[in-house]
Amino acid sequence: MDKGIILNTITGFTVGGTLLELSYLVAALLFVVGLKMLSHPETARRGNLWAFGGMALAMITTVILHKNPDGKGISLTNIWIILAAIGVGAAIGWTIARKVKMTAMPQLVSFYNATGGAASALVALLEYPNAVAGDVGSILVTVLGLIIGAVAFSGSMIAYGKLDGKVGDLMKPFMTYINLFLMAVTLGLGAYIVASPNPPSEMIWAIYALLGLALVYGVMFVMPIGGADMPVVISLLNSFTGIAAAMAGFIYNNQAMILGGILVGAAGMILTVLMCKAMNRSLINVIVGAFGGGVSAASGEQGTIKEITLSDAAVLLSYSQKIVIIPGYGLAVAQAQHIAQELDELLEGKGVDVKYAIHPVAGRMPGHMNVLLAEADVPYEKLVEMDDINPDMPNVDVAIVVGANDVVNPAAYDDPGSPIYGMPIIDAHLAKNIIIMKRGMGKGYAGIENALFFNDKTRMLFGDAKNSIQKLVTEIKTM
Amino acid sequence: MEQILQYFFEYKEAIFIIALSIFLGIEVISNVPAVLHTPLMSGANAISGVIIIGGIILVGHADLSKFSVDLVLGILALIFGTLNVVGGFAVTDRMLEMFKKKKK
Repeated sequence: MDKGIILNTITGFTVGGTLLELSYLVAALLFVVGLKMLSHPETARRGNLWAFGGMALAMITTVILHKNPDGKGISLTNIWIILAAIGVGAAIGWTIARKVKMTAMPQLVSFYNATGGAASALVALLEYPNAVAGDVGSILVTVLGLIIGAVAFSGSMIAYGKLDGKVGDLMKPFMTYINLFLMAVTLGLGAYIVASPNPPSEMIWAIYALLGLALVYGVMFVMPIGGADMPVVISLLNSFTGIAAAMAGFIYNNQAMILGGILVGAAGMILTVLMCKAMNRSLINVIVGAFGGGVSAASGEQGTIKEITLSDAAVLLSYSQKIVIIPGYGLAVAQAQHIAQELDELLEGKGVDVKYAIHPVAGRMPGHMNVLLAEADVPYEKLVEMDDINPDMPNVDVAIVVGANDVVNPAAYDDPGSPIYGMPIIDAHLAKNIIIMKRGMGKGYAGIENALFFNDKTRMLFGDAKNSIQKLVTEIKTM
Repeated sequence: MEQILQYFFEYKEAIFIIALSIFLGIEVISNVPAVLHTPLMSGANAISGVIIIGGIILVGHADLSKFSVDLVLGILALIFGTLNVVGGFAVTDRMLEMFKKKKK
């Protein structure tokens, strides 16, 4: 391949080259504006399109105007190959994006993140031989891009597998040490490559070894992290992919890549921190600490479970004034969001006030539940965030918990021994009545007991969520 | 010490861009409502597909006169990058479309 590493080389003025730089500036601005618009509900969709426009512009101008350091443009045959590769990628990406179920969204984001990481790692791998021996700056960014990209790739693939139920958790106490060791070896080899005075052509073995190590580290890094923490990990790996892309941007001295990459890196980092806050955990705790399957102090104190019949539930709901539905991932798995909306409409017709209480980490990803309910045509105004609904909870006649568990677990308040102690929850236990729809007495995603099930005000309605709500709807209709 | 300063001098533009972009990223994202976390993550993820430009440059200047593993890997990088970009933006649009639908 040609000389790609032109870090810090000043090339003379050409019209084409300047136009290319100008298009990169526009693209970078479009990324910033797009991202900004994406963070407001009214402008989000347009923001996404703007950012895509920026990307398309940068791609087109690169194909037409890019010249290598010898001043040679991209030849027609190469353009055909580029277009073919882009066509293949676009067709696959588009098809998956259109067909995927909304419940599988977290997996998909993770998968796309993996592809971005892989692309970054490959670009770094292929550009390395073009580096000049002793040019510490360019070799450093290449090595960093390779490591971060590879970790993002293999880590995201494991996260994808876990969310899709294909990969289980593997948590052994000694794994923390193995991981620390692996990280040290990977960084050590990276530092050796950067510091080595040998020309890159003699170091090819090392760069492939580094790729291998980084890939293994990515797997080992995500493997022990519990399912409940997966959204945090995906967000973190998303941030990594951005940084890896920025590193590649340095290789090409390409400002659009640098800005876009760092922007995503910083934004991903902030999102990660926000999510950790919603779960009351520190990032270090998520990465190092074991979650799930932990011994909780609450395991001793249990009570009796009281069930409710469908007809009793139907009566209770019909004669309530205020009902709050608290959806969890169980609702999504059972694909019960549409029938829940039907129940909601039916009750509204009877003059009952129905709202949905959305925990920040309900579903498998923050905001995932909002997407799922939006898909089922639940009006935006009905979705109430946790902090807004909690003060009103004592006035609620019935709180219906559908497939949620940890987000309503009062252990977060009163059991310092519980792994979720301190996590903000929806105060379902304050409602006058609580109906919990659940498939069985299994534990929540975090794998801990829930005292809410044994609360005096709680009635259980066992069965598949979709099935139960369907029957409930029929029952209320015949009343 | 002098060597560190020299590195800074050499790469000062890059360091400026990094520092400012970090602040920009933080500013742009803070105060985003939880409703939008998933679409935002997916949209940001699509932007990180900007690595595709690297893929275009790689394949664009590749020597086609002989078969090489590098060429195959380069094409692979390009395909992966496009998957990230097109898939990411498409799926974000699909999610946001649902928010819009029920707003009327």
